[in-house]
Amino acid sequence: MVKVKHEHTGRKFINVGIWMKAKSFLFGVQGNQGFLLKLFVYLLLIGIGFVYLYPLIYMGSYSLKSLENLLNPLISWIPTALYLDNYVTAFQVLNFWTTLLQTLYVTVIPAVAQTVIAAIIGYGFARYQFPLKKILFVLVLITFIIPPQVLMIPRYVFFNELDLIGSIFAFLLPAAAGQGLNSTIFILIFYQFFRMMPQALEEAAYLDGAGNFRVFLTIAIPMAVPAIIISFLFSFVWYWNETTLASLYFGNSLTTLPVELQKFSETFSEMSSTETAAQNINEGISLAGTMLSILPLLVVYLFTQKWFVEGVDRSGITGE
Amino acid sequence: MKQLSLKRKRSIIGYSFIFPWIIGFLLFTLIPFVYSLFLSFQQVKITPSGIVTTNVKWENYIYAFRTDLEFMQVLLKFLRELVISTPIIIVFALIIALLLNQPIRLRTIFRMVFFLPVIIASGPVIMDLMDQGVTSIPAIEEYALFSAVITNTEGGLQSVLTYLMDNLVIILWYSGVQILIFLAGLQKMDQQVYEAAKIDGASNWECFWKVTLPALVPMIVVNLIYTIVTYSIFALNPVVEHIQNHMFEVSTGFGYASALSWIYFVVITLVLLIGAGLMMIQGRKTAARGGV
Repeated sequence: MVKVKHEHTGRKFINVGIWMKAKSFLFGVQGNQGFLLKLFVYLLLIGIGFVYLYPLIYMGSYSLKSLENLLNPLISWIPTALYLDNYVTAFQVLNFWTTLLQTLYVTVIPAVAQTVIAAIIGYGFARYQFPLKKILFVLVLITFIIPPQVLMIPRYVFFNELDLIGSIFAFLLPAAAGQGLNSTIFILIFYQFFRMMPQALEEAAYLDGAGNFRVFLTIAIPMAVPAIIISFLFSFVWYWNETTLASLYFGNSLTTLPVELQKFSETFSEMSSTETAAQNINEGISLAGTMLSILPLLVVYLFTQKWFVEGVDRSGITGE
Repeated sequence: MKQLSLKRKRSIIGYSFIFPWIIGFLLFTLIPFVYSLFLSFQQVKITPSGIVTTNVKWENYIYAFRTDLEFMQVLLKFLRELVISTPIIIVFALIIALLLNQPIRLRTIFRMVFFLPVIIASGPVIMDLMDQGVTSIPAIEEYALFSAVITNTEGGLQSVLTYLMDNLVIILWYSGVQILIFLAGLQKMDQQVYEAAKIDGASNWECFWKVTLPALVPMIVVNLIYTIVTYSIFALNPVVEHIQNHMFEVSTGFGYASALSWIYFVVITLVLLIGAGLMMIQGRKTAARGGV
């Protein structure tokens, strides 16, 4: 009843109303976004997201294809049957478990060392005033720009003299002295974090008679847990993905999954030539190898992605 | 008097916190840095009794520029790719950050997707993907429009376009951290400025150019430096490969490889200075215009 009455009183007015509503729905009004714009944003994000993930999807699909499937032009994305032999082969070629353990050994330990030292140095810069502080801080920043290639040769000579080539110390020592991979970024993360942290608690502890180092260990560190997690994760991933230095410093005695992946086809042909039934490498097998080498990182990322994303926020690059 | 001694005590404790860094800097950065400069002027021979160096003055550098044609080639190729890719990475990261800054659902998922490459992009992985040809945009070359554009453009531009198309996914993959830096910057922006601009009758478009962009200039500089540095130290970089190959070549050795790495370092530093300088000047200009 009411509706009919409405229509009677001013049809024209209602038409205009619908039009306005549709317009604001599609194009948005001040401070609110229209449907079309929103659709556009979503489509763009999904499209670019697809381009981003395309290599991964391709990898996943092709690594599950048998040779017949790979050769069959009619099969593009979904294999006819779940074929895991590629993974079995790649597993053996990479020598997966042994390599994984070694990779963890040479990435986790330097990452821990790097995080610990960055926390100490960052705290020193954030909380204390001392002569030449500005110059030292600028030097910390400059070390980020020096390409590792410049330092690579002398460090190699140095480690060679000390007989440390082929041991974890080639990674661990620079990391433990704040000169590891991207150390500058981690020092900055802690510097920013401790500067933002209120000093009241620390001052209270000083009044209670605690010493400087005790305050650092019992008050500053427990509060810096987010920064610690972020630094560790980034450090871990960067050490994991480092292949130039790893293959140079570790030689043949230690290896990592990415380094093994680098010589994947070599190892594969070596292995298959010793066997009687010689098999040729195909894209399915090599993509299964690639997939296996990033799988541990993907798992880690799946559970910790929040920290990675927040890490950039907290680094304070955006603060000043 | 007591105040002064307290200050001194504090600075001693401060030094003891950064002491590991000072030692590390001397041992693993400064000394190698100087030593590598020294080596670059030497002919290095590795003998059973140790390393023997003979001074060859500028010989290594002259050799790099005059005789080692391959080095000049890869260096120029690297520079060209750097100059093409860096602006694309930064503009692309800015666009994605602006999109993600909209009030959208599933923002976490999108952020996760765009950051994923940072986690998995090691040299061998990208190498494998390039071998499989999945780093270009799927089947884009098959589009008539695109091939028409490629065939109708001149030599230089054409090679730029082909390079872009073949490596687009990888170029985009470089922008994970940059997106987050821009996003963090955008989220810290003061909303009141936008409201004021809107009241003055500015459109969204004008808001972006007059308010958002000038405020983002520091972040653009940071991203510029980050992009150039990560791009130039990446394992797949042909220059890095060239340097590494020469390290263990008997005829050239550590001395020549050091010279190459120093040339590379100077080139990168110059690019960084020019890039950051241009951005600063541009930033100041826009700021001045915004002020008027």
